[in-house]
Amino acid sequence: MQAMIRIMRVGLFVTCLVDLVRPRIGFAALELLQAAGCEVDVPQSQTCCGQPGWNSGDRPSARALAEKVIAEFEVFDYVVAPSGSCAGMIKTHYPELFAGEGAWLARVEALGAKTHELTDFLVNVVHLERVPGRFAGTITYHDSCSGLRELGVKAQPRALLARVPGAELREMQDSEVCCGFGGTFSIKFGEISAAMAQTKCDRIHASGVHAVALGDLGCMLNIEGRLRRMGDATTRVLHVAEVLTAKA
Amino acid sequence: MQSASVHFRQRASGALADKHLQRTLKRFGSGFADKRAAARRAFGEDAFEILREASAAIRDRALEDLDAWLLRFEAEALRRGSRVIWAEDAAETCARVLEICARHGLTKAIKSKSMLSEEAGLNDALAAAGVQPVETDLGEYILQLAGEAPSHIIAPAIHKDMGEVSELFVRHHGRPKSDDIAQMTREAREMLRPHFLSADLGISGGNFLVAETGSVAIVTNEGNGRMVTTLPRVHIAITGIEKVVPTLEDLSALNRILPRSATGQEIENYFSVLTGPKRAGDADGPEHLYVILVDNGRTRLVGSELQEMLRCIRCGACMNHCPVYQTVGGHSYGWVYPGPMGSVLTPVYQGLENALDLPQAATLCGACHVACPVKIPLPGLLRKLREMQMERGLRPWAERAAFRAWAFTAQRPWLYALATRIAARALKWMGGGRGLIARLPFAGRGWTRGRDFPAPEGRTFRELYRAGRRRQT
Ligand code: SF4
Repeated sequence: MQAMIRIMRVGLFVTCLVDLVRPRIGFAALELLQAAGCEVDVPQSQTCCGQPGWNSGDRPSARALAEKVIAEFEVFDYVVAPSGSCAGMIKTHYPELFAGEGAWLARVEALGAKTHELTDFLVNVVHLERVPGRFAGTITYHDSCSGLRELGVKAQPRALLARVPGAELREMQDSEVCCGFGGTFSIKFGEISAAMAQTKCDRIHASGVHAVALGDLGCMLNIEGRLRRMGDATTRVLHVAEVLTAKA
Repeated sequence: MQSASVHFRQRASGALADKHLQRTLKRFGSGFADKRAAARRAFGEDAFEILREASAAIRDRALEDLDAWLLRFEAEALRRGSRVIWAEDAAETCARVLEICARHGLTKAIKSKSMLSEEAGLNDALAAAGVQPVETDLGEYILQLAGEAPSHIIAPAIHKDMGEVSELFVRHHGRPKSDDIAQMTREAREMLRPHFLSADLGISGGNFLVAETGSVAIVTNEGNGRMVTTLPRVHIAITGIEKVVPTLEDLSALNRILPRSATGQEIENYFSVLTGPKRAGDADGPEHLYVILVDNGRTRLVGSELQEMLRCIRCGACMNHCPVYQTVGGHSYGWVYPGPMGSVLTPVYQGLENALDLPQAATLCGACHVACPVKIPLPGLLRKLREMQMERGLRPWAERAAFRAWAFTAQRPWLYALATRIAARALKWMGGGRGLIARLPFAGRGWTRGRDFPAPEGRTFRELYRAGRRRQT
């Protein structure tokens, strides 16, 4: 029986922010994929998907990094990233970067078709039923923009969080409104960005939860940074993978 | 209108510090967006998406043969007694209007909403030539009294609350103060009535031009548009050349999506299709109908990477859904068009170098793209403008250098590993015991002025992974 089931080889795209700032999210993602029965590989040469360059108008840089990602990850059955933003870059923007280049485009499209945001992969590809995590308290989920609007990530994280023993999900108002991160926008227009983060924090507070969960590190740093600056040292800001694995 | 878009940063900063404005913006909040969502549900969400698709296709069909449809429009309009005038830019638009005023000896113009009149700075030109302009759209009327520019394309005075308006009315109308909206509206109407009756010129915009019939279609909610286009003996409709659609059928499709996207209405209160001046036997209508077709930068978009922007039907949905617009308000953008569509149009019409901040002042969250009735990929267009800024060397030296350094490093895994190891450690150290960085150096100050930066754990994922440490302590 065993021999007949081909084990899925999954390439974990850790993402540059997780690599630098929150390695534990990368390990949580790894654990979840392994719990789902995947054979996970983490290419050691990976760095960044190129999105900072792409969004800032530096097309050549984005292009060079995209070529690197394609070469590193096209060997896998699936590519999974704990980020809607980076998965969205690969799936929806790489084709724009290689528009009109037949051979490249075929590779890009093949890669895009097997690339998933983490929760989407867990729910829609491997149908993960049991999650290892536990959580005591109320959680609200913030929909990160790229995941939501480029990849349709909305129900997936909520379905998974609902399976975490002890976690009580509570929706906040305007969960789909941007938190104000926006990559380099958060630095170039720090004042506006922080004001937008404030609006998001107000919504989180109004929902009266213990923790906000989300699927992208950019939003996480932005929201956590603003909460702490406001003097809120207790509301937890967690990546959904941390909640699902009790790494929180 | 003079562009102040180079000052976006300062204006936005001022808007953030303006408590009164912030309260007004918060109150307006998601009002229009909620109404659109309700209208979309009532229409059927799938059907609405099909209608968006069809609307985009209609606009594309018109734009693909823009010159041909415009010539057809001109011929049909002429046949029905209208006069068609072409204007290349703002100055020519004003000059043509003043010529008409001189020809017919006109002295007072009543106006319904026209964004092109704002683009051209027409009111100032009229006043300077001795023609009194009177705005009759309630929002525009308020702004004319206040001496301010619109801050939203369909709700121009959205930044003003009732208290401000009532004080303005006391000052200009010399009547007792009221804080009842119906009463204030009545008062404005009473003030405007003599102007409606005495004006000899009506100036309107045009929501659409119909090529097959040479008609100008105008939608309003207050009925002032009807008076402006029928009472005075001369009517001038001023529109951008991109507003043409081939057929009445196309018009009817677009007019199903426009009000729903704008205010959530199924149909506007008033929908006029104006085809030629008054004919013998007609009960009313102007003796002369002029249509001024304005370019003012639009042909530069035709055939360019940004052509999709010309699909725009000026519904305002993109700003209603834009979290940046909702935070800084329309005046921050510094020219006629605010929000996402303005951030694309202003650099194109006013020059890339005169609005450097606008394409950058967006999180590319995509809310506008999803809401746009003609599916304009606004984030994608903003990104293209960023590319153009980069290519033309319009970004600061330090920014370009930083990107080059980042890309160089990220393409070399060993170098990248080294750099991130150092950064992870240094930033962790800066975060101290609380794990929060209160002040980042250099460009990072933009972040830490309004937020802490949560410090890294101290070692990179790849480092830990390689060391075989599966558990984080
Ligand atoms: S860009 Fe789209 S959403 Fe914005 S005003 Fe134009 S048509 Fe409406």
